[in-house]
Order: sequence, then structure tokens, then C-alpha cells
Amino acid sequence: MSTVDHHALPAAEERPAGTARWADRWTRWAGRAGPPAALLLVVLALWEWAVRAFGVPFYILPAPSRIAGVVIADHAMLLADAGVTLQEVFAGFAVAFVVGIGLALAIFSSRTVERAVYPLIIASQTVPVFAIAPLLIVWFGYGMASKVVMAALIVFFPIVVNTVDGLRAADPDMVNLLRILGARPRQILTKIRIPAALPFVFSGTRIAVATSVIGAVIGEWVGAARGLGFTMIHANAQLHVDVVFAAIVYLSVMALGLFVAVSAAEWLALPWRRAAGPGSR
Amino acid sequence: MTTKLRIERVTKRFPASAARGRGAASVDALTGVSLHVEEHEFVTLLGPSGCGKSTVCNIVAGLVPADEGTVTIDGTPLGATGSRVAYMQQKDLLLPWRTVVDNAALGLEVQGVDRAEAREEALGWLRTFGLEGFERAYPATLSGGMRQRVALVRTLLCRRDLLVLDEPFGALDAMTRSTMQDYLLRLREEFGRTVLFITHDVEEAVLLSDRVYVMTARPGRVRAEQAVPLERPRRPTDAGVVERKAQILAWLQPELLEASR
Repeated sequence: MSTVDHHALPAAEERPAGTARWADRWTRWAGRAGPPAALLLVVLALWEWAVRAFGVPFYILPAPSRIAGVVIADHAMLLADAGVTLQEVFAGFAVAFVVGIGLALAIFSSRTVERAVYPLIIASQTVPVFAIAPLLIVWFGYGMASKVVMAALIVFFPIVVNTVDGLRAADPDMVNLLRILGARPRQILTKIRIPAALPFVFSGTRIAVATSVIGAVIGEWVGAARGLGFTMIHANAQLHVDVVFAAIVYLSVMALGLFVAVSAAEWLALPWRRAAGPGSR
Repeated sequence: MTTKLRIERVTKRFPASAARGRGAASVDALTGVSLHVEEHEFVTLLGPSGCGKSTVCNIVAGLVPADEGTVTIDGTPLGATGSRVAYMQQKDLLLPWRTVVDNAALGLEVQGVDRAEAREEALGWLRTFGLEGFERAYPATLSGGMRQRVALVRTLLCRRDLLVLDEPFGALDAMTRSTMQDYLLRLREEFGRTVLFITHDVEEAVLLSDRVYVMTARPGRVRAEQAVPLERPRRPTDAGVVERKAQILAWLQPELLEASR
């Protein structure tokens, strides 16, 4: 079929962009990470100095070096606690994700569902979820279930709202294009709506994953027998403030790790966003 | 010669939208537009912006129904059978999450062609269009001209022999545009597809078409028809081209004044 003269065709105008060298990337990354890392070190140094200079007792404010000591020495206990909290976060997240995406699809596909459900979901955000934590303990017990529900409730909202926004974000002209090509509604959903929604789903997930840790910890504060939140409350009551801080370190690392994991999943799942280059978000 | 597309006394009115405020009257987009395109013919619909050219396209593509009048393709009225044309717009509408080859193969895929087979067919066409080496690239990394070429391949690949091209090169710079025009003409010669082309560029219309319809300012209707029985390739400086441009411009002038009011 290609009897068209090749040589008369114009050559490709450009090479694809966005193939920066690894060295360049590393330099850019270091340039961004450097200043906050330096600031953090300065704050920690000041903190260390102040605690020593003014002789602040460890049960009021332990020095960073002392916290680091606890982080290392008590790692067996803290890791076991972190494992419990992480399980709660994962379970809560999974529940919220499945229910949230399902509900978002229902809201998107049905006017009736949208009108009945969406306003209630938005309004439900005025109820402070933490305030119902004691109730959840009453209903679901001291075990994992109450924390899972807590985490799920917190994560649910950003996932639903972002997914609905994403499903609506598809370019109507692209939808029309598919219609002209003869696509069925299901094809429009799978070929246009869902791919267009994915970046939104990921940004909702990134917000949700950090707050889900908060949800699980609050659940553990209110009533639990294990987990980092439980250990914090317990240690606080005994004025083991250094243990409280060590637990916070573990929680922060956990939340950061989850955030990085979601970002990595996004990086892998949306190669076309990388192609678009920086500033395309 | 058989008639590929026939549009008869088509009228379209849009209800007053909220954007134009309460109490705004409805807008007459088209009033009694009639035209026809013969098989293998290249026909251009030319008119000032806002004259309803795109509405004609959308009706032919089956995206919006006409209020009155009839549209027939291959003698069959446009009905509930879905779209029967290959349609291309000024916006390339490439799906950013699909690679070049998967974008080109989209039409075939939607029509139920096996994915591997669709890709295979698309790859051949992309080479013909000078897109070799970019098959796996994402649209975001391509220049405007390349993106539009991919869109053209996608349009050609959907196995429909009436092409409706709504200002397909309107967003391109002059050089790229003229290259794209060459592509289009060569493809048409080779595959004998029928083309309904929309533009507001008089020169483009005269260089490409067998016949040109000139539309009036809103409400749109066909004001005049100009045959262009000139040999191809044509150059903007050819006497026949210049003469027909002048004729069309003379028809358009009052309409442009009207449109700018």
C-alpha cells in the first residue's frame, strides 16, 4: 500500500524530549533535597544543644541523640508495633479503595445515585471522624477491626471525590471521537474515562495514604492493646517521652514510605505522564 | 459518478444557553444548507468563523441531529446506525496515555479488530507518514505537525471512505501546513477517498479542492459554489488559482464584514 514516495516526505522534525541523562537527574534531585535536609540537620543540632545547655529533663523533652538511642535499642518492640499499625492501615486502605472506586463509578454513571449520595458524602466531611473513634471502639471492639474502620473512613473521602472528578475530567471531544469511531459505552469507559481518571485517583491516594496512618493511630489511642499508637499512650502515661518520640519517628518513616510507594506505583502505572515532562501535572 | 454525500435543506438551531444569559434568543446556526459530494471528490466548505461549518461536520458525523432537512451517505439517510464517516478536527485528540501506534490503531481496535493486527496495520502507515522511530513515543513528546500526522493516520485507518476534515491543519504553522496538504492530496490520489474539507483559508481551499462551497455568516447557508478544475499540484501563484481566489474573496468580503459585527 505504501507506494508513496518516501524521499519526498519530510524528515522527522524532532527527537522525543525527556530523555535526560541520569547524572543530570541526580544533580537535580540533590539540588532539591539538599536545602530541606540541611535545615533539618540545623534544627536537630539546635535542639540537641538546647536540651544539653539548659539541662531539660528527658521526660519533658529528650535530646535527638537519646531518641535515636531508643529508636535503635527498642527496635524489636517498635517494629512489632509498627507491623500491627501497618496492617490496620493496609486493611483500612484496601476497604476504602474498593468501596470508594465502586461508589465513584456509581456516582458517575447514575444521576440518581449522584443526586442522592454525593451531597451526603460531602456533608459527612463536617463530622469530625476522630470524634466517633470512641463509638467505633464500642461497636468494633479493641482489636484491629475498629482501627481498620477508622482508617477506611478517613481515606474514603479523598478517593471518592478524586475519582469522580477524574471520571468527569475526560475531554468531551475525545469522547465524541470514540463515538464517531463507533465505540460502545463500555469502550468509552475503559479507553477514555478510566485512563483519564487515573492521575486523579493517584493524587487522591497519595493524600489518603498519609492520613490513613493518622486514622489508625487515633484508633489505637482511644483503645487498643497493640500498635504504635497504643505504645505512645502507654509510654506517655509513664513519662517515657523518649519512647513517644521514637514511636513518632517510626510512624513518620511509615507514612513517608507509604507515600513513596504510591508515588512509585504512579510512576510505573502512568508512563505517559513522565513523557509529558516536568510541569505537566 | 455516484453521490457520496448529499445534504438537503439542513437547518439547525441551538437553544439559548445559560452562558448567553437569561432571555437570550435561540441561535440559528444553519438555515437550509444544501450541498453534495460525489464519490472520489474533494469538496471544501469555506466560510467565516462562526458560520456553522463545524455544525455541518457534526451533523454529517452523526454527533448532533439536524432539526430539519436530510443527510444521506451512499443514498442511505443518516439514522441510528451510528457514524459512517472518518472524522478529523483541528485538535489532534490523541489520547495522551497511548503510544503513537496505539493511537493510530484506535479506530480499528474500537471496531473489534484484533489488537496485534491493528498495530501491524498502523505501523505500516506510520512509516509511510515519516513517523518511523516514533511508534512507541507518547504524543506529548511530538511536535504539532507530527501529532496531526498521527491523527490523520488514525482517521484514514478507520476504514470509512468518506473523510470529514474540520480545519485539520488550522493550528499548524504555514510550513507544516503545506507539507500536510501535500500528504493529504497524495493519499487521496492513491486511495481515492472522498473528502469533505472545512476551512476558513481561501488559498487552502483553492489549492486542494475540486469544488468549493462558500458559506454566509451566521445563520449559515451556502452562498456560492466554485469549481476548481485545475491540474494538481497547484501553486499559490498559478493564474487559475489567483483568479479563483479573487472570485471567492469577492463573495466572502461582505460575509466577513457581517461576521465581524
